[in-house]
Amino acid sequence: MGFGEAWGLALALVLEADRDLLEIVGLSLRVSLAATAIACLIGLPLGALLAATRFPGRGALLILVNALMGLPPVVVGLVVYLSLSRAGPLGFLGLLYTPAAMIIAQTVLITPITAALSRQVLETLHDEYDPQFRSFGLTRRQTIGALLIDGRFALATVALAGFGRAIAEVGAVMIVGGNIDHLTRVMTTAIALETSKGDLALALALGIVLLALALTVNAAVYGLRAGAMRAAHA
Amino acid sequence: MKTCFAALLCAVAATVASADIIVQSTTSTANSGLYDHLLPQFEAEAGYKVNVVAVGTGQAIRNATNCDADVLLVHAKASEEAFVAEGRGVSRADLMYNDFVIVGPAADPAGIAGSEDTEAALRAIAEAGALFASRGDDSGTHKKELQLWSAAGTDPSAASGAWYRETGSGMGATLNAAIGMGAYALTDRATWLSFGNKGDYKVVVEGDPDLFNQYGVILVNPEQCPSVKVDEAQGFIDWLLSDAGQSAIAAHQIGGKQLFFPNAN
Repeated sequence: MGFGEAWGLALALVLEADRDLLEIVGLSLRVSLAATAIACLIGLPLGALLAATRFPGRGALLILVNALMGLPPVVVGLVVYLSLSRAGPLGFLGLLYTPAAMIIAQTVLITPITAALSRQVLETLHDEYDPQFRSFGLTRRQTIGALLIDGRFALATVALAGFGRAIAEVGAVMIVGGNIDHLTRVMTTAIALETSKGDLALALALGIVLLALALTVNAAVYGLRAGAMRAAHA
Repeated sequence: MKTCFAALLCAVAATVASADIIVQSTTSTANSGLYDHLLPQFEAEAGYKVNVVAVGTGQAIRNATNCDADVLLVHAKASEEAFVAEGRGVSRADLMYNDFVIVGPAADPAGIAGSEDTEAALRAIAEAGALFASRGDDSGTHKKELQLWSAAGTDPSAASGAWYRETGSGMGATLNAAIGMGAYALTDRATWLSFGNKGDYKVVVEGDPDLFNQYGVILVNPEQCPSVKVDEAQGFIDWLLSDAGQSAIAAHQIGGKQLFFPNAN
């Protein structure tokens, strides 16, 4: 048992396009991309708002959002479990142990990341452009829109940071998804399962596949971003 | 945006068919591949899916108490009977059994290899101060282990963190930890036979009647939990207890060894 065996297994899994593996990879991408999309819809405008406005209590709110970046996934999982459980307030939705529950948990986990990081990125941008915004007489809503558009390339990196956290976490999806075969099993819960079966080579091989997946998504975003930047400056 | 979010959730949630049931189960049955063996046979006949959530017995019972299950399949008879007595479950049936074993390193620091006397073996471990890895997670195996310590007249909790190591995690994770630090551990035989990271470990204590491990199956009470799909859940339980289900359980083997022995009445 060792790294050599794991690399061999990883390669074999990918080359054979193992059906179970494709299903698990597909669900991992579906859940984490959906969570990233929702987290960006909420977090980026919130980050822009925090960057562009000054109000009493803003400092405290910034500290809170930054602190929430450190939310342990297992705590998020527990809170979402207690909410979605049949005994919980949202139990009537019947969402526990479904991919939807996993999307909710990951969204809760990474929304603070997208909000806090986009605030950081956009505040610099805002300080730079503030005189121009003022001279155009932009409303707050227009300022936020302008910031999000001007900062889009940096915000792509923010989205990737959120996606990276989502696709890598296991604590939250394990609790609210239940790691059910062919329903809620994703890459990280499959790795945890194989580890607990003592099949360490297969667990490591799945880890290598997960890393390759993250590399592919990052490369795709990098490529899109480079293309868009060339187009913007052409 | 809220409607967009709700639509997305519904679209994803819609992938779960309405007749599918949820079984809260122990890790030993899932990790040893029992469900991979049983469920395709049952699902082909029944036409609906059985979704298994594999956690420790304690957590499985808590999840079922929250109505997040249709069927409970665990191995801690006293807790199961309490679950039914509280009205949380309709009734409990014996399903199958196997046995627990104590596994340990080849060096055998407590000198217990080959023993059939669990109480003496545990006392020897405590006296030698040899490392022992406990589940420490309120699972069926953990409950069993605590009973065995108590029967041996030894309280290991005083040595927690010293030679008694409570991992607070599942059977597989505890075995990985035990093997990593050279500790003895109590495990069910099915998990051990199917475990892939045994190192130089072997079974050191087995064959004691005290190590008997009974699994039971319970229908979650629909009066407490209206979400329970009674017909489908009862259909699955009936199949498990039928001749077809019982022989399917007996037919599950790893390396030529039978993992579970059906004993429904």
